[in-house]
Amino acid sequence: MRLLKLVPENTNIHFLKWRLPFFIISGLLVVASWVLVLTQGLNLGVDFVGGQMIRITFTQSKEAPVAALRGEVERLGYGEPVIQTFGAPNAVSIRMRLPSGSEHNTGLADAMAKRITAAVKAAHADARLDGVDSVSGKVSKELGWTAFQALGLAAIAISAYIWFRFEWQFGIGAMVSLVHDVSLTMGMFAITQMEFDLNIVAAVLTIIGYSLNDTIVVYDRIRENLKKFRRMPVPELLDLSVNETLSRTVMTSLMMLITLTALLLLGPKVIFGFTAAITLGIFVGTYSSVYMAAPLLIWLKVTATSFVPTESALDRQERLAREGGKR
Amino acid sequence: MLDFPRWKQLWFWFLALAASAAALPSICSVADLPWPAALPAPRINLGLDLAGGSHLLLEANPAQVSEQRLEGMEEQVRTKLRQSGKVRIGDISNKGGALSFMVEDAAQVDAARELIQPLTNGAGLTGKRDWDIAVVDGTRLVLTPTKEGIDQAIANAMDTATEVVRKRIDAMGTREPTIIRQGQDRIVVQVPGLKDPTALKNLLGQTAKLEFKLVDTTALASDVSRGIAPPGDEIVPFATSANGASAGALAVKRLGGIKGDRLTNAQAGNDQRTNQPNVSITFDQDGGARFAKLTTENVNKPFAIILDGKVLSAPNINEPILGGSAQISGSFTPQAAASLAIALRSGALPVDLKVVEERTVGPDLGADSIHKGVMAMLAGTLAVVVFMALTYGRFGLYANMALVVNVLMILGVMALANTTLTLPGIAGFVLTIGAAVDANVLVNERIREERQRGRRVFQAVEMGYKEASRAIFDANITNVIAAALMFAFGSGPVKGFAVVLVIGIVTSVFTAVFLTRMWVAGWLHRARPADLEI
Repeated sequence: MRLLKLVPENTNIHFLKWRLPFFIISGLLVVASWVLVLTQGLNLGVDFVGGQMIRITFTQSKEAPVAALRGEVERLGYGEPVIQTFGAPNAVSIRMRLPSGSEHNTGLADAMAKRITAAVKAAHADARLDGVDSVSGKVSKELGWTAFQALGLAAIAISAYIWFRFEWQFGIGAMVSLVHDVSLTMGMFAITQMEFDLNIVAAVLTIIGYSLNDTIVVYDRIRENLKKFRRMPVPELLDLSVNETLSRTVMTSLMMLITLTALLLLGPKVIFGFTAAITLGIFVGTYSSVYMAAPLLIWLKVTATSFVPTESALDRQERLAREGGKR
Repeated sequence: MLDFPRWKQLWFWFLALAASAAALPSICSVADLPWPAALPAPRINLGLDLAGGSHLLLEANPAQVSEQRLEGMEEQVRTKLRQSGKVRIGDISNKGGALSFMVEDAAQVDAARELIQPLTNGAGLTGKRDWDIAVVDGTRLVLTPTKEGIDQAIANAMDTATEVVRKRIDAMGTREPTIIRQGQDRIVVQVPGLKDPTALKNLLGQTAKLEFKLVDTTALASDVSRGIAPPGDEIVPFATSANGASAGALAVKRLGGIKGDRLTNAQAGNDQRTNQPNVSITFDQDGGARFAKLTTENVNKPFAIILDGKVLSAPNINEPILGGSAQISGSFTPQAAASLAIALRSGALPVDLKVVEERTVGPDLGADSIHKGVMAMLAGTLAVVVFMALTYGRFGLYANMALVVNVLMILGVMALANTTLTLPGIAGFVLTIGAAVDANVLVNERIREERQRGRRVFQAVEMGYKEASRAIFDANITNVIAAALMFAFGSGPVKGFAVVLVIGIVTSVFTAVFLTRMWVAGWLHRARPADLEI
């Protein structure tokens, strides 16, 4: 039986020929993502803005009666609810601001949750209460700040590690492709208005970890080739490295995407957003390792000598002695 | 790299089999397995988001601790100076975070200072003072709490509060609650399987500080209704009764009452005459003696039973109560009486606690999630296994064997390390399956390359593992960094995800690099193939 080859042997695709257009496109996408995040805003969950989220599944229905729900909840006089389906079309999350005064009297938030669920259950016999989250304003601010810290530290720590293992140009390359991957993921959340909660922060941290997998494999090969082919021009050498690792890149990304697709289609609906974020991140991460991380090395002027140890004091003495002898 | 001494092989097999075996009790019931009774049967804990249950974050107000300390100090200073019999003081005030009072005779300031001195030393061994004493204007003594003193008091109060919370939850009969102090002023409570946290919150919401204070019958009703307290009194509102009506307030003497913290028992019951729900309390010896003294000295006067700053009732003392037990009546519902009895039995909270974060998950959602997670995992694994076998042949089969061992090992290590599987953890699990074969992909691709470059079979395999190991190592380190930060900063479910990722990374390096290499080496030595199909 002949074995399957996803990528033919000895490919020689000139990836880096297109580095400038792709780099510009990527840059525009990053800018567009942030413009979207800033104008459209993220649909922040109660984890980050405080409030109450009630999750309800309508077990006998195909679709949740969102419009009817809005009326039923509004009638209770707690203000306007944010209602959206949650993973599956028959499951919703109802988000409310905490009633004023609940900072001091936590009973108020409880009473609100009770009245809302009672009203929904009275109107829909198949409503099943899946959960209630109440987060006070103070706690939500803290959660936001810790999430921000975690993301920042992860980006810095990983880039520092790559700098330490490779060279500073590689560290910057990794950092830039990281920012690219994370930005596009944020952009997706701004466009789709999927809820952005603590779990999504974990997803973004995962993307930071895994999107670098590809980058590291490519970088590792570049380092190896830089030592092997001292005289090869750098763009050509990068192309060679990307081509040599291409079948691995394709195979691994495919395996990850297969399992993630299984999770998206068959997995728990509650973590749909979480899985979607990771899936996009892995996809974008594969692209960025070829078109962000590698070309950056050209612009940052990596050369074959980047990995040659600088002359030690002893070598210098010997060289001077040799040169002196000749003279 | 392809030489595996016998001891190394045995060691690898032992690790793989032991960790995999530890996974079995989590997958199927122990009763169905030939599981020796002497062996522990570790099981993976399910997080609240999978098992259903409640997570509460309770927060105390540190300022309240300082306030109570000031009041306690005032009481101590008064008693001490009164007992000494010679120092007379006046104009006592505990405003502005410090206790200050005037010594009437300026000549006695030093004497007063000396008497108070022992009250202000820290209880700890640090030698630090809890309070600073200063003399202002020659006659005024000012006691200011030190930072060390306040911190110590808050830490003590939070320890006590945690203990009280634990006792109360245990008294409710819920199973396996997790109660952890967090930071300076918070307590995390997690109760799996709890469907409705209302009862729990009501129970934790009451401080259960019970006080008996004498009613000042001379206070003018008009002053009381306007909230003006006569000197030495305080105004305490009545508790809202069951029907929601609020019934004014009462002037009670600030000092001279007793606290209801010295109880040996509290039981909910019914008043024999009115058949209203009430709570019977039994004092300990000391508390009983104090209660007897209070009631003996004040026969025919009313006293107020105050719970958490609200008057429950203000009965007349008809006769001295010497038996060391009493009945608290108020307008209770039976549930409220039962909850109060639990709260009194487990002691008063030294500080009020309020819920600042609450997450409750219904039990159906979790079961549904586990089922779907398992389905997704099986489908994902199957697809990966087929692809690997088609792409790498024999080497793919080794990778697949490693993958199965990896899945079992993750579960086994999780069970042994007593970690918790959460909803994002399921996603982490599925993700790990996709990522775990990456190491094999790297190795196998490298072997292909080395063969193309004309290396001989043994050398190609050896180089494949050697050259790929570097990238595998670096790539996994970055994932561990990300996961470690998730663990450090994340909340419960996210922590669960990070744990799965880290365990998965470690076991996948073991199975995908070490185990497959051992298997491949064994096959090469046995079959000595002239060519590789890869």
